[in-house]
Amino acid sequence: MTDTIDSLCKNCLRCVQSCPGQVITKVANAEYKRLGNSYWTPDIIRRQWFQAETGRIPVSGAGYGGPFSGPGFDDMWTDMSEIVRPTRDGIHGREYINTVVDLGRSLRYLRFDAAGHVVGDAPKKIEIPIPIILKDLPLGSLSESVFLAMAEAAQAMDTFMIAPVKEWKPYLEPYKAHLIPLLTEAEIDTHGELIRGVRIIEIQLSDETAARLSRIRAAYPDVLIMVRVRLGERSGEEVLALTRAGADILHLCADRDGNVESGNGPRFVKDVVRSVHMRLVEAGCRNEITLFASGGIAMAEHVAKSIIVGADAVALDIPLLLALECRLCFRCEAGLSCPVEVENIHPEWGKSRILNLIAAWRNQLIEVLGAMGIREIRRLRGEVGRAMFFDDLERETFGRLFGKRKKRESVGN
Amino acid sequence: MNAALQSETGPEGTAHSGRPEVRVTPSRFRNAIGKYIVRRSKECIACGKCADICPYGVHEFAGKTMARPKDYRCIGAACENNDFYCVRQCPQNALSVRLNPILEVLGDKRWTPELLISTWYMAETGEVPPGDIEYKIGDSGGGFDRIEFCFPPGREPDAVPDDEVSLRIPLNRRNDGRPEVEIDMPVYGGGMSYGSISLSVMIARARAYQAWNSFTCTGEGGYPEELYPYDDHVITQVATGLFGVREDTIQRVRIVEFKYAQGAKPGLGGHLLGDKVTPAVAKMREAVPGNALFSPFPFHSVYSVEDHKKHVDWIKHINPRALVSVKVSTPTDVDMVAVGSYHAGANIIHLDGSYGGTGAAPDIAKKNIAMPIEYAIVKVHNFLKEEGIRDEMTLIVSGGIRTAYDVAKAIALGADGVVVGTSELVAVECIRCAACESGRGCARGIATTDPELSKLIDEDWATQRLINLFAAWRRQLIEILRKLGMRDIRELVGRTDCLKHFDYE
Repeated sequence: MTDTIDSLCKNCLRCVQSCPGQVITKVANAEYKRLGNSYWTPDIIRRQWFQAETGRIPVSGAGYGGPFSGPGFDDMWTDMSEIVRPTRDGIHGREYINTVVDLGRSLRYLRFDAAGHVVGDAPKKIEIPIPIILKDLPLGSLSESVFLAMAEAAQAMDTFMIAPVKEWKPYLEPYKAHLIPLLTEAEIDTHGELIRGVRIIEIQLSDETAARLSRIRAAYPDVLIMVRVRLGERSGEEVLALTRAGADILHLCADRDGNVESGNGPRFVKDVVRSVHMRLVEAGCRNEITLFASGGIAMAEHVAKSIIVGADAVALDIPLLLALECRLCFRCEAGLSCPVEVENIHPEWGKSRILNLIAAWRNQLIEVLGAMGIREIRRLRGEVGRAMFFDDLERETFGRLFGKRKKRESVGN
Repeated sequence: MNAALQSETGPEGTAHSGRPEVRVTPSRFRNAIGKYIVRRSKECIACGKCADICPYGVHEFAGKTMARPKDYRCIGAACENNDFYCVRQCPQNALSVRLNPILEVLGDKRWTPELLISTWYMAETGEVPPGDIEYKIGDSGGGFDRIEFCFPPGREPDAVPDDEVSLRIPLNRRNDGRPEVEIDMPVYGGGMSYGSISLSVMIARARAYQAWNSFTCTGEGGYPEELYPYDDHVITQVATGLFGVREDTIQRVRIVEFKYAQGAKPGLGGHLLGDKVTPAVAKMREAVPGNALFSPFPFHSVYSVEDHKKHVDWIKHINPRALVSVKVSTPTDVDMVAVGSYHAGANIIHLDGSYGGTGAAPDIAKKNIAMPIEYAIVKVHNFLKEEGIRDEMTLIVSGGIRTAYDVAKAIALGADGVVVGTSELVAVECIRCAACESGRGCARGIATTDPELSKLIDEDWATQRLINLFAAWRRQLIEILRKLGMRDIRELVGRTDCLKHFDYE
């Protein structure tokens, strides 16, 4: 007998149970178990590889075999419609479900002159067909090929890719309609021509940002201004100030595992986005601005859940690397070689893998939207009533029966 | 010798009067999987001492030599302090016992390796496994796996005979002139279509449920002629694709089930992948072989409770002696849906929670959409009570009911009875590899209509395994009632005071 082709094994154990000599056994692959970290689990990594290779959504038989609930995104369930609220049959193309989102500001109200004509222009808006943009990668053995693959994919999907200006080389010029340069405030002054050539810029938040926004807007009236806000304890107030100061888009970033530092230990991105969203709702200005969330978005369901808690869309990073077969071994961060040589990919191959992954994610979004009977992803934003949260369900059901719940371990990973 | 082995020599050993007989029905595979591995080295001189002392039947003679140990019966480390511990008693030091390393790749959080092994054991012997094999709960960290019965301390279980403890439940509580259908245990079989599973498994289920006076369900995929002899124990499903639904199929049965949704894929339609649409399946469903079949979602004729009532009326008119069950999943407003079904005239409201089984579903749906059944039971039971209609509805629940203890907990939380599916398949040696949807289907011959793979299941064998499993469950349910001082399973409904939750103070 030659060696087994382990990757084809379906784990039916027929061979183990039928072997007359009882010589076949099966063990878990130690290398597999070492993939990723406690947040980016081997299971998550394997699933993204499958989707990037096939463009198909993961389907299986039998019931869900995972834990009852978990930290982070795993402490909520999405809703479905039953009998009195029709679902939408989006996945087989029988009904159209829209995943377009608008980037940019909306007016709070219209103003009219004495003759009844609208005064002033509506703010510029850009539509993207999926609630996903590609974010600059936080790690990886990166190269021109990797950036090209991402830029090609962003262009093909008619969405955007964020590129730090230091990576901005002539080969990216053809893609600039789909690139968002990420700049510090100092770089704004020195990159005027680059900024005039793009549709959106992203600025790293500093103490000066809110005060300087109107000056940047005046200098570049055709460019949408996105501000990158590293989530923390003051996020609610920062975001409110930036909204009032006229930013078009805010990009709320957690760390790569979705954690946000706070005084009482880490909070999870989903919970922080929810409170930031609610802060804007309470202040009456949520509809004026577009919110992106990023950090810890590892699976398709995380996109839906991020939007349910209040984001308009998400920015993806590590899943793009996974699409390129990254194993998240983190050797690159130590300056060591990449075991799969991500830097040597062919851009066309990389583009296809990213497209496959995001196509599969989009189909899964449509599954979730269809089950809820929602035909517009824009309608999903902030719809916490169409989701169920572990803490609420426990309190409403078991809390009534069993009293006070013991304190849970912290939500971080 | 324990009772399980006695029944090998005489079936009367475990037969209850008037109940189906338990017959020992071992694994159909050469190497049964157990928690422990027992090895016999070449030093063995076949003196037979181990066979004499082991009460679990691990060791046997095979002619002049010792047979391969039946190690799946071994209780492992728990045996070390016994006089009959074979490893220590072997004069040749030829025996060794260790944990089976395959446990690492077997099962999952909900169906742990030990739950699989214990279910196999029950299906073989009709008994709970001896030793330290967990047969009550899984490792999901929530719901049933964190809930336990608190039996009154210091109370001896009632010494009443088995037959005086009733597990019988009525399915029609409406007093609507329709038949008073009762089942002898608070369990019936969930919908599994011809196409999703093989004909022999379908028939084995029907036979086993007939034996226990309960029901199996055709699912949505037609009503094979081979099921006709079991009509009185079959529920047929009307689902959104209407595959195989005919006037005749509705008129054959005592219960018709409207499937609005399935817990494994709430809000999404059914899906039978092309490879599983064999010519026989296609004929039954009036479809084309090899083409994937989708059941749409939802019923496009039902967008309100009034529409829903029309559906129920339609079935009641076509079959005046049938009860109507409404199977729904568990959205946030599941309690309203249940009340709506009452007003539409349903006899049974069947809630299918989000962690239930399926032949194929998107993983994103299985994990994320709709709430687990543990919450839904409490919500619906309480809401029906508040509305004053609890006594008229039969509340049946499913979606992650794996063990007799899950059954009892679901009832204590507020259900009248449960529907199971996966545990039946595990009884016929499903290993939960989750590849039911792919290719020609199940490599173990269960979830497949492939003519070759289907041959892996023998109808008689599968029937007996299911009968045995339910015998073991029945015994555990009776034991639970006895310990609680109850004589009737109906006393347990909604008795949350008999439960404790490990995560609550």
